[in-house]
Amino acid sequence: MEKDIREDIAWAQINKDVLKSLENPRRVYWVILLIAIAMVGVAVGCEIYQYQTGLGVANKNNSHVWSLYIATFIFWIGMSHSGTLLSAILHLMHADWRKPIYRFAEAMTTFSLMTAGLFVMVHLGRLWQVYYVMPYPNERWAWPNFQSPLVWDMFAIATYLSSSVLFLYVGMIPDLAICRDNLHAGWRKKLYTVMSLGWEGTDRQWRNFRITYLTIACFLIPLAVSVHSIVASDFAMSNMPGWHVTSFPPYFVAGALYSGCAAIITLFIILRYVFRFEEYMTLPIMKKLVRLTFAIAMVWTYLNMIEFASVWYGHDQTAKDQLIFKATGAYAPYFWAMIFFGSILPLMLAFKRFQTHLPILFVISILLNVGMWLERWMIISPSFAHGHYPWTWDHDQWPSLVQWGMVFGSFGWFTLLFMVFCKVFPSVSMYEVKEMVYHRSLAQKHKPAVKGEY
Amino acid sequence: MSKRHLLALFNNFDEAEAAIADLRAANIKGFDMDDLILKSPIEHPEVERVLGDKPIYVQWFTLIGACMGGLLAFSLVSGAQGNFFAQIKGGKPIVPLPPNFILTYEMFILGGVFITILGFLICAGLPAKRSPLYSAKVSEDQIGILVKGDELAVAAFKAIFTKHKALEIQEEAGK
Repeated sequence: MEKDIREDIAWAQINKDVLKSLENPRRVYWVILLIAIAMVGVAVGCEIYQYQTGLGVANKNNSHVWSLYIATFIFWIGMSHSGTLLSAILHLMHADWRKPIYRFAEAMTTFSLMTAGLFVMVHLGRLWQVYYVMPYPNERWAWPNFQSPLVWDMFAIATYLSSSVLFLYVGMIPDLAICRDNLHAGWRKKLYTVMSLGWEGTDRQWRNFRITYLTIACFLIPLAVSVHSIVASDFAMSNMPGWHVTSFPPYFVAGALYSGCAAIITLFIILRYVFRFEEYMTLPIMKKLVRLTFAIAMVWTYLNMIEFASVWYGHDQTAKDQLIFKATGAYAPYFWAMIFFGSILPLMLAFKRFQTHLPILFVISILLNVGMWLERWMIISPSFAHGHYPWTWDHDQWPSLVQWGMVFGSFGWFTLLFMVFCKVFPSVSMYEVKEMVYHRSLAQKHKPAVKGEY
Repeated sequence: MSKRHLLALFNNFDEAEAAIADLRAANIKGFDMDDLILKSPIEHPEVERVLGDKPIYVQWFTLIGACMGGLLAFSLVSGAQGNFFAQIKGGKPIVPLPPNFILTYEMFILGGVFITILGFLICAGLPAKRSPLYSAKVSEDQIGILVKGDELAVAAFKAIFTKHKALEIQEEAGK
């Protein structure tokens, strides 16, 4: 039987290996960081230009009022869902294999939400008025329209972001105490001392910790589903052709889990190499992750077909025309690329030989996310290019370099936040890995080994 | 009589559990089992076999927090809608329940999460000053048993800890 992790790893060694990642990554870490900073520089430059010149430089127009900004916003919101899947859902199911990898998935949730939030502000143009969306009594007597899904978005994303940050932080407290105990001086020592809240691992602390972690996990699962359902409502509750589809909320949730899982594969491979986590981010764990991704890819494919079928067999001729336009019009190459990357390419994940081939998986996982990003773009732009009114039909629009620069920079922003996090905080949960090792060694003692692969 | 604190470190949980069972069975004068604290690098729910079931109150915080969050959201949103005359309702309800339910639900969860964390901090006694008898080994791979008892009980503590192969015994005069 392939082991997710060796049960004979000494606990002191686990501390040592993970703490080493805070100090001594491979040199490629700094290369990644520099590239990320350069990418952020591009986005900042684009934003300054757009801010000074006006939103027109984004090349948005009537009828293309939404474009890459909103597509990328949805993409990043979707990316955040895998952290919840891996951390909360698998935690409730007692899937032990999540333990070495859930911490960075949770961090991914937090940082992708932070990246998504930026796009709302960039899209608004007048970003100094972003607080208008918040419901607070004011002298203007201008309450937001609480019946609008865009306001629900604000509530849902703010709730998800704050809950995810707290979930990440609470889960880290025992590890922060380990960091505190193993450093002798410096700003890190002070940071860990404050953040570990005086944790000593007493039975009282553990007892309350577990129930708290479990409770927040239970809250996060429906919250994650509600967040992406609400984002789907931004579209489905309008009468735009191609958007007014009942299956949009589950379709969005499946897409979110899918892109998130693909991103976890990418980051798994990067972290495993950069921080020398070969002992913890093992190939059997990768195999499980790949199978999970494959399953979700098939769910997404099914929901995609449901969406097409409900439009095709529905009685809305405009929606049907719009679907035909997607598949044969100006956006056809991107539409078919989405189908290829989202539904055909993941079939490679079903082959055993690719499930642990890291270079191939790295490429596939990135391409899957290209497909998922295209999916979001294909939801937005073709609908504006082929709406109810014939005057929209000859209004082709290609996003400007400013928009592309902002999208490009968002990946740098996410990478920057994520890599800094992994350098400052333990990206592998030390206490959970110890629990995993402990439970496995107990099982080893009490049970005969089971033959064959599971 | 002044109280003294002792921290014994063990190599594994089984030894520590056996030592706790012996401490309970020995019925040492000047020592209350409720003053015993187990410190460990991972959670050991099995310790309740010897320490006994301890109540957890975090869920009550969750319940109150979630209900308060939901209630607050519904009141805020409905109150705003009730006062927002500029928005033309066109004969539709002033306080529409389906959209308000969505916002109520989001705040129900937010309230639940926030107050659960507050409950955790209160119930776990955090943030706390680190106790003087603490070993960094506890966050690594050893199990610590911290006991508080009369001076007369110290010898009995030490005997039991030594019997169960304690790796180290730290001692400090308490209040």
